[in-house]
Amino acid sequence: MSVESATTYRVIYPRVRRRRPPLVRWYRRNERVVLGLGGLAAFVVLWQVLSGAGVVDPLFFGSPQGVFQAGVREVQIPRFWNDVRYSLTEVTVGFLASLVLAVPLGLAIGWYRRVSFAFDPWLNFLNAIPRPALIPLVVLWVGLGIEMKTIIVFLGGFFSIILPTVEGVRTVDQQLLDVAHSFRASQRRLFTSVVIPATVPFIAAGVRLALGRLLIGVVVAELYAQTEGIGVLIERAADVLDGNRMLFGVLLFTLMGVLTTEAAGRVERHFQRWRPSANLDLEEGT
Amino acid sequence: MANTDLALSARGVRMEYRDRSSDTRLVAIEAMDLDVADREFVSLLGPSGCGKSTFLKIVNGLLKATAGEIRLRRNGKGREDAMVFQDAALFPWYSVLDNVAYGLVCAGVKNDEARKRAAPLVELVGLQGFEAKYPYQLSGGMQQRANLARALAVDAPILLMDEPFASLDAQTREVMQAELLRIWNAAQKTVVFVTHQIEEAVYLSDRVIVMSARPGRILADIEIELPRPRALELKRSAQFTAYADQIWKLLASQHAPAAPVGQA
Ligand SMILES: Nc1ncnc2c1ncn2[C@@H]1O[C@H](COP(=O)(O)OP(=O)(O)OP(=O)(O)O)[C@@H](O)[C@H]1O
Ligand SMILES: [Mg+2]
Repeated sequence: MSVESATTYRVIYPRVRRRRPPLVRWYRRNERVVLGLGGLAAFVVLWQVLSGAGVVDPLFFGSPQGVFQAGVREVQIPRFWNDVRYSLTEVTVGFLASLVLAVPLGLAIGWYRRVSFAFDPWLNFLNAIPRPALIPLVVLWVGLGIEMKTIIVFLGGFFSIILPTVEGVRTVDQQLLDVAHSFRASQRRLFTSVVIPATVPFIAAGVRLALGRLLIGVVVAELYAQTEGIGVLIERAADVLDGNRMLFGVLLFTLMGVLTTEAAGRVERHFQRWRPSANLDLEEGT
Repeated sequence: MANTDLALSARGVRMEYRDRSSDTRLVAIEAMDLDVADREFVSLLGPSGCGKSTFLKIVNGLLKATAGEIRLRRNGKGREDAMVFQDAALFPWYSVLDNVAYGLVCAGVKNDEARKRAAPLVELVGLQGFEAKYPYQLSGGMQQRANLARALAVDAPILLMDEPFASLDAQTREVMQAELLRIWNAAQKTVVFVTHQIEEAVYLSDRVIVMSARPGRILADIEIELPRPRALELKRSAQFTAYADQIWKLLASQHAPAAPVGQA
């Protein structure tokens, strides 16, 4: 190349992997957690300071300290643990029942044309019903007890899971079905080797959706029934205008949401090791 | 043909694809008559879209022809034929080893035993060390080799190969060609081989079938009378180039404007 050449070049550099000090490396690896918790802590501190200074009214908005104290008081009352037990049972039983019924039925509807002809109208019709509207009817059938609330939770989970499952089966790669047919896979193996693995990401998306809806279902049903559960705890606190205790109840539901979503995420990643995107976090982290 | 014992015989095979939305028919294969002798190596060559993959799928039983008949020589021990797919079509959720073992598992072999029997084939196609990897961790050519190993694993007497070496580099391709000829010879297989490479077809085959543009039919059935075993230098011999030229001219004649879609 001659010196007076006017051609310029855009240079693309490699990713430089400098060895950083241990503390920086630790931070890089846990950046998400650190920033997440940091933001949370900042919020709590700000809230405490503002309510202490009287800028936000602790009567309506509570204060971190107040919520904490309300929590400490609550956990010493047997009725609190009874409420927790009820809510957990409703959510667990409702969710498991929806999963156990929705996945096989979804696979069957997605795979067998005749089953889908028979069920499609029902799925669309029933899914269109806003579920809280069903509460009075379910109460009429089974009363105000744990059964009603479990059924509402179940309905929320069931439709959230079955619809993506059906969709997943219908979009299975024809090529892979060809391979299975080419090797004369039995109907059973066709399901275990192609249909189900290909549908897992869809089921997982459904489960994530279900967990959100499930919690809405349990709160609405508990507030309606006013019998037992964390929802009732919130309601009782509201009756005496105890903002801190209400927020403590909200926090419990939030905790349930976070924990179940995290657990579902872990299970999902385990089943999707074969997907490049699912491994991205792991590979970049180490 | 010296050997009149046929491995595969197709008579009047016609294939129309129906388009449900517009209710038109697309004739992919007009009429195919093809006899392949036992242990013969036959290549199908033809313009893109002329129905080569379709024909292999009909032979493999994945598609039902609109008309015509196919006979495959029965194999008392199991499958008559195994297919190497055009796109590697590996199961993304299975490791390389489990992908290669898939056909065996389908045939009722226990998982452990199937893996044991699949391992040498993984090695044969040069994928040793990648047994536990998932397909996304393989290059296109490596995936294609796993696809080949999967078909070889079931040890069917008839191999249907749809452009198995298309995504390999020239050197790997030559190695795989030699390997295929070795297997074909040692295991006494019958091969129906689809390719777009004239050289490859001439080098490997006993016969090269040249197909017309869609709707596919047989333009020429050329017996390749080159002595075996064939050395690589053979590709530069006058006889070899004469075959290649002949085929090239036939294919070039097919590159007239394609027939309009939808006429039945
Ligand atoms: N599933 C399908 N539905 C409708 N038409 C199809 C289908 N598969 C193939 N065809 C049509 O049939 C014709 C033959 O297709 P085929 O895949 O057999 O071609 P090919 O000879 O293998 O081509 P290539 O060399 O590009 O692989 C094409 O024109 C294509 O449009
Ligand atoms: Mg093809």
